[in-house]
Amino acid sequence: MRKELEKYFRTDKLPHIWCPGCGHGIITGAVIRAIDNLKLDQDKICIVSGIGCSSRAPGYMNFYTLHTTHGRALAFATGIKMAKPELKVIVLTGDGDCSAIGGNHLIHAARRNIDITTIVFNNSIYGMTSGQYSPMTPKGAFATTAPYGNIDRDFDLCKLAQSSGATYVARGTVYHLPQLIKLIEKALKHNGFSFVDVVDICPTYFGRRNKMGTAVAMMETIREKSVTIRTASKMSAEELSGKIVIGEFYEENAPEYTEEYAKIIEKAQGRI
Amino acid sequence: MTAKNIRILIDEKACKKCGLCIAFCPKKVFISENGKPVIANLSACIDCKLCELRCPDYAIIVGGEEIEQ
Ligand SMILES: Cc1ncc(C[n+]2csc(CCOP(=O)(O)OP(=O)(O)O)c2C)c(N)n1
Ligand code: SF4
Repeated sequence: MRKELEKYFRTDKLPHIWCPGCGHGIITGAVIRAIDNLKLDQDKICIVSGIGCSSRAPGYMNFYTLHTTHGRALAFATGIKMAKPELKVIVLTGDGDCSAIGGNHLIHAARRNIDITTIVFNNSIYGMTSGQYSPMTPKGAFATTAPYGNIDRDFDLCKLAQSSGATYVARGTVYHLPQLIKLIEKALKHNGFSFVDVVDICPTYFGRRNKMGTAVAMMETIREKSVTIRTASKMSAEELSGKIVIGEFYEENAPEYTEEYAKIIEKAQGRI
Repeated sequence: MTAKNIRILIDEKACKKCGLCIAFCPKKVFISENGKPVIANLSACIDCKLCELRCPDYAIIVGGEEIEQ
């Protein structure tokens, strides 16, 4: 590892437990590099996760960190941000953690526009529990709980976040690294609820069951399927089917929740 | 930086042999030896650092004199 980055890791906990080729290490590295590029104060950052392979990421990261219960990372993060608004609060969450059991917390954190950056490690599956389908598993894909193929319709987490009130919404992938780091930097700089959906790979449980080949082959698939928002805008719904649209979907300046709450405190104390 | 000053360091203990660096180097700098990346064509390296950024195990560093052996 590069010397300058060592201070951001709990190096005694490395190597991490993720499988060979798992994208979780790539996303964790991108978050670290974004933090380093922005020269954020390491002691003013709190990283929160739920449960899942992805949610183990904060355990390797040398910041204030909190490994919570399945699906509840955003609820804990909301509490931390309310108690200590001066902290930069980052949630690292799996697609199961964030969109299934934690879906309701996502809606309400976004709705409030609380200043939390959420990064979804979206590998389309429950990795940790050995490959049950998640709300993000594509229609037709196989999972231990969908042995004949998943009949659920495809679901777009960025659309959910945006329509719930998130004020920065983007999607990147574990293939497009310089872009992913930039998107995370933008999310971290944003004041309000920022959301980055990262298309990730689980070679072990999603890849194997869907006969997608090695991590390399899964990365090639991401590369082939990815289109920018600009290109996508010129494509028909049919052409877009099965594609991964990447880039920045939404950005807005809107009142931030902890700032609004501080005003209420002042008002209640008769100061304004 | 001129191409000849570039160094690539691979941490063999950290490498899990996923093959991403070998497959996606735009200049085909690495070859595989039983899955392990071996630097075969250092002079072709353009210092894009994509292998370093994509390595899930933080096992590669690309740079100049500043990186330690
Ligand atoms: C309340 C509760 N329900 C279920 C579980 C079992 N469980 C552990 S991790 C997980 C899903 C993990 O999937 P995801 O969040 O997508 O992360 P990944 O492992 O794929 O990174 C589940 C269902 C749990 N730990 N707690
Ligand atoms: S099971 Fe999947 S998500 Fe979990 S570490 Fe292995 S590759 Fe990564």
